Amino acid sequence: MKKDEMCDIELLIGKILRVGVIVSVVVMVLGIVLMLVQGQGGYAAKTYPTTFAAIFRGVVQLKPYAVMMLGAFLLILTPVLRVVVSIYAFLKEKDYLYVAITTIVLIILAIAMIGGYFAGH
Amino acid sequence: MIANLLLMLVTGLFAGILGSILGIGGGMIVTPILTIAMGLDIKYAIGTSIIVVIATSSGATISFLKDDMLNLRVAMFLEIATTVGAVTGAALNGWIPKSVLYVLFSLLLLQSCYNMVKKLLNKPATAEQAVIQPDYLSQKLRLNGSYYDKALKQKVDYQVKNVPGGFLMMLAAGLASGLLGIGSGAFKVIAMDNIMRMPLKPSSATSNLMMGVTAAASATVYFFNGTILPNIAVPLALGVVFGATIGSRIMQHLHPKVIRIIFIPILLYLGLQMFLKGFGVNI
Repeated sequence: MKKDEMCDIELLIGKILRVGVIVSVVVMVLGIVLMLVQGQGGYAAKTYPTTFAAIFRGVVQLKPYAVMMLGAFLLILTPVLRVVVSIYAFLKEKDYLYVAITTIVLIILAIAMIGGYFAGH
Repeated sequence: MIANLLLMLVTGLFAGILGSILGIGGGMIVTPILTIAMGLDIKYAIGTSIIVVIATSSGATISFLKDDMLNLRVAMFLEIATTVGAVTGAALNGWIPKSVLYVLFSLLLLQSCYNMVKKLLNKPATAEQAVIQPDYLSQKLRLNGSYYDKALKQKVDYQVKNVPGGFLMMLAAGLASGLLGIGSGAFKVIAMDNIMRMPLKPSSATSNLMMGVTAAASATVYFFNGTILPNIAVPLALGVVFGATIGSRIMQHLHPKVIRIIFIPILLYLGLQMFLKGFGVNI
């Protein structure tokens, strides 16, 4: 019985993770198609949008590199998505020890990612 | 532009297949191609390989979860160690001489390589799990598991032992990835397979799952400092995602022994490469 529950959880995480991966793949493919159609990245040589604001502006203007960077960023978020869904799944299974363990992982991950945002700037 | 695009897609496909079979992320396959074959600056290669690691992890995890190959509890518990290690490593960056680190980690890899060879020669693969007694911690944390081995055509139940040792090795793996900018998937597989005595297939699958989280912890640094180049990283990532979904299917049909035979020369190569790097020689 316990084993079956674990399987359900893994299936749920698998499904949500698949959606996350598909979304990022679609955005990345769209970026590449735009690049092929326009024949260039939409930015001056050797420059890329690396801030949220610049990427957002570029995506609205359908600039290929901006769309590709958005896709890459969504891909970076997929492991985070997996951790978040795991917390929910362990909660549903009433496995509170692992709810705690997974929450700790998420907190460390969030600190690292936010730290990375400021270190990069 | 199109030739470059296709080259990245194919490279990614290859890296994704091999990376997901072995649980090593594929950064070590991509980095030499980017730096040596394409002449890309190493700092861009590192940024790109972080994306490759995440793509391998996410692509492979999708099929491994479906097939019950990976151990979610082991992954979650050990991720505390790898993420803490990675953050500490990033904070300590510059404080410890890298040459010393390279030599230390290379010795660790070479020693594990020796252990793997011993394992390959001494025991028949099917009896690999016969005599493992679970320890108190692994029972308390409910880390023991089972998987269906499609090559052996049987369900394999396994016990996990030496949890503190595995946890320490994962801290080291996280430190290595934070300090040296490497994916350190090989260390994760070593921690589970060599130290905690998990079978090789769930070790590799679980390492795949964990690597995505460890890599995501440092990915934002590279994303926002501009070392992830969209025209290279994105086609590469696409190839890797598809490669990893293919590789994770192939892996389940491979005999554990075959995986070990592929793994050993890669460990040897990684170990020697890091050892030489410690003395300033790049290969």
